[in-house]
Amino acid sequence: MRKSIIAIGCLAAGLLFAAPAWVQEKSAPNIAIKSTSVELPAGDNLFPGPDADAINNSCLACHSSEMVLTQPALPKATWEAEVHKMINTYKAPVAEKDVGAIVDYLVKTKSRD
Amino acid sequence: MAHRRSDGTGNLPANFRADVSALQRLLSRRTALRQLGLAGLALSAAPAFAEDIIKLPLPSDPRERPLTHDFAQKGTMILQRTRPPLLETPLDVFDRGVFTPNNQFYVRWHWAVIPTSIDVASFRLAVRGHVNQTLSLSTDDLLKLPRVELAAVNQCSGNSRGFYEPRVPGAQWANGAMGNAVWTGVRLKDVLDRAGVKAGAVQVRFNGLDEPVLPDAPDFKKSLDIDHARDGEVMIAYAMNGEQLPLLNGFPLRLIVPGWYSTYWVKMLNDIEVLDKPDDNFWMAAAYTIPDTPHASIKPGQTGVKLVPINKMVPRSFFTNVVNGATLPAGPSAPLRGIAFGGDSGVAKVELSIDGGKSWQPTALGKDHGKYSFRQWQANVSLGEKGNRSFMVRCTNEAGDVQPDAPNWNPSGFMRNVIETVQITVS
Repeated sequence: MRKSIIAIGCLAAGLLFAAPAWVQEKSAPNIAIKSTSVELPAGDNLFPGPDADAINNSCLACHSSEMVLTQPALPKATWEAEVHKMINTYKAPVAEKDVGAIVDYLVKTKSRD
Repeated sequence: MAHRRSDGTGNLPANFRADVSALQRLLSRRTALRQLGLAGLALSAAPAFAEDIIKLPLPSDPRERPLTHDFAQKGTMILQRTRPPLLETPLDVFDRGVFTPNNQFYVRWHWAVIPTSIDVASFRLAVRGHVNQTLSLSTDDLLKLPRVELAAVNQCSGNSRGFYEPRVPGAQWANGAMGNAVWTGVRLKDVLDRAGVKAGAVQVRFNGLDEPVLPDAPDFKKSLDIDHARDGEVMIAYAMNGEQLPLLNGFPLRLIVPGWYSTYWVKMLNDIEVLDKPDDNFWMAAAYTIPDTPHASIKPGQTGVKLVPINKMVPRSFFTNVVNGATLPAGPSAPLRGIAFGGDSGVAKVELSIDGGKSWQPTALGKDHGKYSFRQWQANVSLGEKGNRSFMVRCTNEAGDVQPDAPNWNPSGFMRNVIETVQITVS
């Protein structure tokens, strides 16, 4: 019995408030939406250090170097998987001959192994 | 209740205020010296330096990040990546109010081709696919539809990934890949109704103006089940905290999916496609999937686990007026406060422990801005004796879900919501 009363109560509330209570209908003054033009930083810093040619040539088309430089030390297997994800899934234009050099750079600068 | 803690600082929340001031002083000086070395005395007269550094309380290096002011329509942000931008909100912003200012709302883009100029007169939102009538809507068209607004937390799936142990690759966020805003716009349902969804529709797919640099790479698209898309809560927002969206937060239109992780909140939304079969695109089928386990948690190295698309958010709570490592004076009344959110349901309660989780006390909740909003909490605690304490805060939502004692782990670093702890010295 109590359940049915609650159900009826909910139904009535549902009819009174077609929208959930936290979604408020507003008739406030119009919000102006104006065309926008911005400039964004280039993000073209190179990877530092020696032996960075391969990673500089292969990885900076899609993302700036901080993507890598902010990473913690990770196992070599993780870096190999990351490089292959970039190539296979995200279509990074990495020459096969450069894969080893990129992984080596990552392992040298960002590995705990 | 006993609390299981991992070693080191891995569970400690990001709380930056003390770090910022001390490190800013230190590193501004370092920057100054470096610039002097490069450019001589002329630069020493410069009133301010473009770059300051913040030290995030991550479990291992690198912890330092630049504080940047270089992004259009954005104030001080933690620079995680310049291109495509990953900008984190400094945690002290959350102490200033329950709504996150647009100019310090975090930013996260997947692909680097982001339009930097958007002409409202020519912008159109397409509604197409399994519908009776294809639509091409201008922002003016949307402004004429019934207007709704709601407060909702937007949180990156990988917020707090930097605290994961073992560490995992990905954006190394501290706790600032989240924000709360009042979103104004139209119900997605109203737009879909105008197009007329055909029988047999199963999902709705959303695409924005951003594109991959490389043409063969998967464009970023996300989908919701048709019933979710038509629930009357999912909305298309053209305003955020009463103003048009910053470009980097998705101007001119952004999908709002209350209670769900931000991956679904498609920015620069310009294409809505009703599907008559489930979306199998990469960003639904492979990326942003989680183990179908409690807290999306597995053991490192565990395989053979069923994966499902990430979905509803889970409860979290934070201290905003004390930082890890802070010293507080002994005494009868110390004010503590912070923010909490329930995930996909409201905040039922926020509890505080000042004895490392042995005992918990209630806190007073601030104004209720709706079930999807941040909610402030506060408490006055007695710090009678000198010594070191672990302060902890935990949220229980209205569905009865409570933050876990132990951190979750998965290889993507998603859905962290362990109880936050700060170490305090009482002197």
